[in-house]
Amino acid sequence: MALFEVNGLTKTFGGLAANRDITMHVEAGEILGLIGPNGAGKTTFFNCVTGFYPPTAGSIRFQGRDITGWPPERVCQVGIARTFQIVRVLKDLTVLENVMIGAFLRHPRVPDARRKALDVLALTRLADRQGQIARNLTIAGKKRLELARALATEPTLLFLDEAMAGLNPSEIHAAVSIVRRLREEGITIVMVEHVMKVVMPLADRIVVLDSGQIIADDVPEKIAANERVIEAYLGERYRAAH
Amino acid sequence: MRQNRLPQLALALLLLFLLAFPSLFPAPFLLRTMILILLWSVLGLAWNVIGGYAGQVSFGHAIFFGLGAYTSTLLLNNWGISPWLGMLAGALVAVIVSAIIGRPSFRLAGHYFAIATIAAGEIFAVLFRNLKWAGGAVGLYLPIVRGDRLVDFQFNESKAMYYYIVLGMLVATALVTYWIERSRMGYYLKAIREDPDAARSLGINVTRYKLYAIVISAAIAAMAGTFYAQFVLYVSPKTVFPLALSIQMALVAILGGTGTLAGPIIGAAVLIPMAEYTRVYLAGRAGGLHLVVYGLLIVLISIYQPGGLMALLRSWRQRRAQRKLAQQAPVAAPEGGVGDGSL
Repeated sequence: MALFEVNGLTKTFGGLAANRDITMHVEAGEILGLIGPNGAGKTTFFNCVTGFYPPTAGSIRFQGRDITGWPPERVCQVGIARTFQIVRVLKDLTVLENVMIGAFLRHPRVPDARRKALDVLALTRLADRQGQIARNLTIAGKKRLELARALATEPTLLFLDEAMAGLNPSEIHAAVSIVRRLREEGITIVMVEHVMKVVMPLADRIVVLDSGQIIADDVPEKIAANERVIEAYLGERYRAAH
Repeated sequence: MRQNRLPQLALALLLLFLLAFPSLFPAPFLLRTMILILLWSVLGLAWNVIGGYAGQVSFGHAIFFGLGAYTSTLLLNNWGISPWLGMLAGALVAVIVSAIIGRPSFRLAGHYFAIATIAAGEIFAVLFRNLKWAGGAVGLYLPIVRGDRLVDFQFNESKAMYYYIVLGMLVATALVTYWIERSRMGYYLKAIREDPDAARSLGINVTRYKLYAIVISAAIAAMAGTFYAQFVLYVSPKTVFPLALSIQMALVAILGGTGTLAGPIIGAAVLIPMAEYTRVYLAGRAGGLHLVVYGLLIVLISIYQPGGLMALLRSWRQRRAQRKLAQQAPVAAPEGGVGDGSL
């Protein structure tokens, strides 16, 4: 049994099907890349599986449990955390407070939550920023803070929505090493990513979405050679380069 | 570390002053004004729990104030039940009503929640105007009880006891606020205020915490309502359910600084004397003038100082600290990093 299974997931807005009959699974311990052109339905998919949108049809199972239609807070409580494509840090609170709010889920007492938050800040290399007001962080800092906050909820499965977008090469390098580290800690990761140089070496497996449907689900090397994927997303230039 | 002792000392001195106030200034007008300041501090703090920390701006808090006033008065007038028990009963009624109002209204975002609370407030005003057994539009007079005994919650010889009771209520409310601010709940309410979706993604049951906040808020406002009924010995829809009352509760907190402990108290200390004096000196000539002043204040605060007087105080203190730093080390300029915001 896979850690996470999606069966026939469909999400329509009015007449538009943003996700159509998506069936996929995530194995425990893997890093799964989710790629596809803009408007392919990646973020809609994230919103469905983390409880922000109720699916129109289909089912979502996590650790064998049917979590279809659960609200976001319950999804988080059972061990699925997420970050947002457009960062949603709590701007007027400090970095530490942001992470503590995540940590409170498993540590209701303030001193325990603070300790947990400090651990996570060390892991995500934000410890020296703990007193800063979140709005003053750079975009890379905010993205990392959002990751730290999600980690503080101690997830089994983590959904990262373009955690690397807008970062410069050295920031990407740092973020990649953090993601690797998380996998070593036993956290399963599903990441939406546009930066191919990041996702190809990092992911164990890649699922490609196009127009709301899965068009490929394979190891990175096969994905890079897949005609449909190149046509829909990677483009001719990518083929030429590899 | 020397800095940390100063606020404690100031707080102790303030409490001492507040305790001695009725002996220092026995003049009835002053004492009455002070009682109102303390009462409005309690109301501002009550509003602050849901309107400040949780960021759900309510313009219907007169509902809970009025329910507290009416519940204890009806229990006293019809069954002779002590207002102290009536106070608890009023809080209970307000808790139930606030949960009933909150549950559906919390689905509404931002301004729509505020509008819903205005509507709810008007419903209660109209309802009580038409409830015959609750005195209708005329309202209810409380029976005069001689003897100034604490159990009767009525003091006709000297108002000083009212003063001490409301001071006690303020201390209790401040402690509740302090506890909320320092607990998980306080953090959760701030998260909900800043971004409800992010809060939900972190496992926070947003509706439940908003309910906790409004229930606490309503209970405190209702207890203040009972106090008010015992203080003026008269309850009517016009005095305890008007929209202006709800607005004033919000304004006290907003003027002082929402989401802070000291804010609503500072707000009340500034606004209430102003309201009282304009009421006294301009009453004959311009009846509604204090409402015009309120409107003006709201506009000015939202334009120039959305953080209220507390933010003003904080930036003034920061500037002073920076100046001090600059004097000590004229060469090495301060980093300009944001402090950890500790008070």
